[in-house]
Amino acid sequence: MEEKEIKNNDEFLQELIKTYLPHKDNLIQMLNEVQEHYGYIPMHAQKCLSEYLDIPMAEIYGVVTFYSRFSLEPQGKYKISVCLGTACFVKGSQKIMDRLTERLKIKPGETTKDGMFTIEETRCVGACGLAPVFTVNGEVYGKASVQKLDQVLDELMKK
Amino acid sequence: MKTLEEIHNIRENKRRELDLRINTKADTREKHILVCHGTGCTSSKSPQILENFRKILEEKNIENVRVIMTGCFGLCAKGPIVIIRPEDTFYSNVRPEDCEEIIQTHIVEGKRVERLLCKDIDGKIVNSLDELNFYKKQKRIALKNCGVINPQDIEEYIAFDGYRALERVLREMTQDEVIDEIKKSGLRGRGGAGFPTGKKWELTKSYEADQKYVVCNADEGDPGAFMDRSILEGDPHSVLEAMEIAGFAIGANKGYIYVRAEYPIAVKRLKVAIKQAREYGFLGKNIFNTGFDFDVEIRLGAGAFVCGEETALLESIEGKRGQPRIKPPYPAESGLWGKPTLINNVETFANITQIILKGADWFSTIGTENSKGTKVFALGGNVNNIGLVEVPMGTTLREIVYDIGGGIPNGRDFKAAQTGGPSGGCIPKEHLDTPIDYESLKEIGSMMGSGGLIIMDDTKCMVSLAKFYLQFTVSESCGKCTPCRIGTKRMLEILERLCDGEADEYDVYKLEKLAVSIKKSSICGLGQSAPNPVISTLKYFRDEFREHAIQKECRALECKAVSKIEIDEEKCKACGLCQKRCPVSAIEGEGREKRKINQDKCIKCGTCIATCPFHAIGN
Repeated sequence: MEEKEIKNNDEFLQELIKTYLPHKDNLIQMLNEVQEHYGYIPMHAQKCLSEYLDIPMAEIYGVVTFYSRFSLEPQGKYKISVCLGTACFVKGSQKIMDRLTERLKIKPGETTKDGMFTIEETRCVGACGLAPVFTVNGEVYGKASVQKLDQVLDELMKK
Repeated sequence: MKTLEEIHNIRENKRRELDLRINTKADTREKHILVCHGTGCTSSKSPQILENFRKILEEKNIENVRVIMTGCFGLCAKGPIVIIRPEDTFYSNVRPEDCEEIIQTHIVEGKRVERLLCKDIDGKIVNSLDELNFYKKQKRIALKNCGVINPQDIEEYIAFDGYRALERVLREMTQDEVIDEIKKSGLRGRGGAGFPTGKKWELTKSYEADQKYVVCNADEGDPGAFMDRSILEGDPHSVLEAMEIAGFAIGANKGYIYVRAEYPIAVKRLKVAIKQAREYGFLGKNIFNTGFDFDVEIRLGAGAFVCGEETALLESIEGKRGQPRIKPPYPAESGLWGKPTLINNVETFANITQIILKGADWFSTIGTENSKGTKVFALGGNVNNIGLVEVPMGTTLREIVYDIGGGIPNGRDFKAAQTGGPSGGCIPKEHLDTPIDYESLKEIGSMMGSGGLIIMDDTKCMVSLAKFYLQFTVSESCGKCTPCRIGTKRMLEILERLCDGEADEYDVYKLEKLAVSIKKSSICGLGQSAPNPVISTLKYFRDEFREHAIQKECRALECKAVSKIEIDEEKCKACGLCQKRCPVSAIEGEGREKRKINQDKCIKCGTCIATCPFHAIGN
């Protein structure tokens, strides 16, 4: 299993290198693609970019940890993001976040031990008309409430 | 690559074909079903609605009806929105399973689906868009094409005067003429600070260099704001065209659009728009055969609020940590890779083509003396008509909240409006009649900001709101300068103590002092404006801070540690309803006894307040 994964990863990185010129300013663009593909920025990808773009590892680490979109840890199977933008906050999204941390017993930014759930605070997904909202792997659940969250969680846990 | 003649032909033919989009009396047998594909409506399944319409039309073999995706109509609260033209019938809250009925009743039988017609706040059924109070006081310049054209079809953009401004600029005007026109229009930066756009262009032109850049700031980080996103989603070409005009004026041939990766739909539509513009010869070499070259690249942000600050944004485009640079030199002199760079916000660019086509004189008749044109706001929070509004400068907050926004839901009272997000301030009730423009907002301690406008009702605690914004700035501070990195953290700690009932009066004094020194000593806009939410809430709601500090009370019952919910004995009718609903059985009393809350058990969830039919429960 692991061997196959590494091989696939390599293919992805090979492909990535082909699409971008080795210019230093492409770093963030490439990291965005790595994040999208793996769900996090693995060490071997950092090494690969460091060599290809001729940027020291320390600098890459600096960039990865600066931007909130990048993560150094693998993400859970279900990534639940609660919008804490002002429009959602005013409509009570903090209560939904509180409930989520209470039920999954992890803090925002963390992943459950079984690798099932990651929770995240996000600032405005742009669906302010549906406030408060939370998303599960990008799918938006609008006009949310604690009850609705419980329902969704129960269903995901059954799967 | 199309010749000039081909483009003129496309414009003429398409314009005739699309007349029904803006003319209810259009002479045509065709019908267009417009389905909103802004992020709000997309989240509530509008792509599925579009798909269903197409399938049903095909199954029923109906001709002369086209289904089209458009950008945001603005009234997000009623989404997903479907509009049928030319008759301009406005269907709201449409679900995918409603498509069959709409086609059968509206298209086949020629009647309207009464139950899906949009209702105004007063309950009146609205026959068409223009009848809605929401639209009556609006004036659309930057959002002109949003909800009218298909953003992924360049020919529809061309039909509505698209790329005509660029043609005029390149073929008939000099660089200085373009800059003069923009200067004369009085347009100011829509990103928040309000720097005169024409002056910025002139400044960037004045520096000699072998390479210059035009950058579009689409890193809309203010939580609760979605103006720029809606423009990019609904009318991406207007931004591209304006960037080219700016490029011509300052002498640049390369542009970058820095857009948040959190806006996947906007990014996708931009990519399509750039590709089409290249195919038609609007981007690339020798545009309109005038020898002018220009090309645009997209750069994705990666979730850092500070990158909305222009110099941090430049660092990020260069692939580095987005930490602001010390100014001066300003980007106009030394920007991207040390070259003169013009940075404007999406909405600023969206105004440019209209100024070129209709003239600076026309533009400067709209708005107030020092703030010309319109401003787009993302209206949100405790207001009935949540959505995107574009109003002439000088419109009062009251008009926006009550006439356009339809007032506050659930019969509550207006408490404050927040503009400018984490950098702005709040506007209390007594300033509801302030005309909205750059100067008057600054005078009352808020700012125009990029356009987030959050309305709060009387159930919101202003201390907790200030805490919310400080949490945001603390997590988004880039860490480069000490006042912002450490100072905002200390401010947040004081606010947390206030909300937890552990602060005293001296803390409020310290909070204020810290706010002033952070404002004075931070190096970039983020730090300099981070204390604003605290300063302005202190200015208008000092009583609430004092109540938290001295009486340990939160009148809005939001800060749990300092809230106390009680039952008014006189009003209590002993119905026992609150007792049934209380999740922790904190309400005591039996039979005809007046109920009492056991404060040790109460978790201040507020369920009883909402439940009581006699409004006997409160603080």
